[in-house]
Amino acid sequence: MFARGLKRKYGDQEERVEGFGTVPSYSLQWQSLLDMSLVKLQLCHMLVEPNLCCSVLIANTVRQMQEEMSRDGVWHGMAPQNVERAPIDRLVSIEILCRTARGAEGEHPTPELEDGTLQSSASELSIVSSPQGQRNPQSSLWEMDNPQEKRGSFQKSLDQIFETLENKSPSSVEELFSELDSSYCDLDMVLTGMMSGTKPRLCNGLESFVAAAPPPSSTCKSDLAEKV
Amino acid sequence: MGAGGGNDIQWCFSQVKGAVDDDVAEGEGGSSTENKIQSHSRGEYNVYSTFQSHEPEFDYLKSLEIEEKINKIRWLPQKNAAQFLLSTNDKTIKLWKISERDKRPEGYNLKEEDGRPMDLMVEASPRRIFANAHTYHINSISINSDYETYLSADDLRINLWHLEITDRSFNIVDIKPANMEELTEVITAAEFHPNSCNTFVYSSSKGTIRLCDMRASALCDRHSKLFEEPEDPSNRSFFSEIISSISDVKFSHSGRYMMTRDYLSVKIWDLNMENRPVETYQFDWVFYLYSVVMTGSYNNFFRMFDRNTKRDITLEASRENNKPRTVLKPRKVCASGKRKKDEISVDSLDFNKKILHTAWHPKENIIAVATTNNLYIFQDK
Repeated sequence: MFARGLKRKYGDQEERVEGFGTVPSYSLQWQSLLDMSLVKLQLCHMLVEPNLCCSVLIANTVRQMQEEMSRDGVWHGMAPQNVERAPIDRLVSIEILCRTARGAEGEHPTPELEDGTLQSSASELSIVSSPQGQRNPQSSLWEMDNPQEKRGSFQKSLDQIFETLENKSPSSVEELFSELDSSYCDLDMVLTGMMSGTKPRLCNGLESFVAAAPPPSSTCKSDLAEKV
Repeated sequence: MGAGGGNDIQWCFSQVKGAVDDDVAEGEGGSSTENKIQSHSRGEYNVYSTFQSHEPEFDYLKSLEIEEKINKIRWLPQKNAAQFLLSTNDKTIKLWKISERDKRPEGYNLKEEDGRPMDLMVEASPRRIFANAHTYHINSISINSDYETYLSADDLRINLWHLEITDRSFNIVDIKPANMEELTEVITAAEFHPNSCNTFVYSSSKGTIRLCDMRASALCDRHSKLFEEPEDPSNRSFFSEIISSISDVKFSHSGRYMMTRDYLSVKIWDLNMENRPVETYQFDWVFYLYSVVMTGSYNNFFRMFDRNTKRDITLEASRENNKPRTVLKPRKVCASGKRKKDEISVDSLDFNKKILHTAWHPKENIIAVATTNNLYIFQDK
């Protein structure tokens, strides 16, 4: 997703912090990270053998963000015009997200919910599932012969994820795990984006997902013969 | 800790083996053992033996392929002329015997000038196959100081094996929750204590290290010690969870200390102090994992810390401009702002080029650094 530290243009939600360059607002970062995490979780989900460690870490992060949101109860700076924007613009680079933690003085602005519900965030999340959003030029995952089919599957599975997240309960993220099997992708892929061409397994997994399209839960729920 | 530290070492390029193009995606499942010094020039390594350890397998039940890729190799202590090693992929561990044999007919004792027997033949034969004990992916193997048993760890379980017995292993750690929906933590690495054969540690994705004593109970779900550094709330970020995950843990030779690697730092722990590490080496830009006193990173950089002088140096594993005995030039990465001459900006780092494995010669100042498709050897000038 973000190879070689390419800088992206971010929207108007940025603040100039002295000495640290531009820092996007907390809400923009929060939203970006949530989008990114959901996409990555979904990608993990689509692999034949997702990396358990990867999935656990991302899910924990998302859970944390959920808890933060429901605890603070407010979300700052979620302007309605966000709905128009393609998600690709809102996915800021990792470096930006880290910068705030390291450099910014003072506390973060408290996140505020625009209309007191998760509706606004849900509507923004749904943008990620649009075909437009998936055409991330850097995402080698989409190096496929038939993007049309893949988009459809992606859409469907993303909706499943969004459903679980929309219902605000803290356990919603856990449900994602009930269908996970075990395999590996690099932790690198979590934080630096999907690498181009170096993970043939990834493509195989996705191709098989589309070709066979079994529901993820069919084979993966229980452990196999566990001999000890 | 590993050999190193102490006097200032000037690292220079020694040799490189492998594909010229580091970008070529790997595909071999073989494992080449480059471990013996062939006589001639000091410290020059040549390929001693190459053999295919694992083959790809297909799990029909789960309908997925098990890769032949080797995750870990561990040498056994040498007891006789032959060498033994354990190698593992995601699911199966194999014990290999590596022995030398003269090809010539018996009765002759011809040797080359430097003392090597002529027509040396190296044989690698599989001696044991330890299979079907891991549901999840094996990330570690560690040989016990009793030299009879070893452990293997996957994401959720650790098993104890006897080197002679392949049809059964003992589960000594199991952190799988009854309900997988409650899963929040996985095992990332495990190692036996170098001297105490009842003691081992395992690290987790939550940044904890647990020390367990097998005498306490059959299933070591309760740790004897828990090492965890409390989080500094002022450092909290979106990524706190992810960067605290420990990727590797290693004991010092004495067993008094252990070293852990998380995403942004290397920490040295005293086994007698659980609440914080005794030393921490921070990185100011994102890194990746896996080593003892030195650690690998992106852009084919690797970094070494001198624990005595507290100085660190960043070097690059590259074929460019490197002839034998060329002293490596320290590299400097600048995070932002003005870039000085010879510095590399963090934005131009190639995150596809990673050093995932490094190793230090047990006795000499010679290091091996593995990039995607090459093995570099560096030594003290």
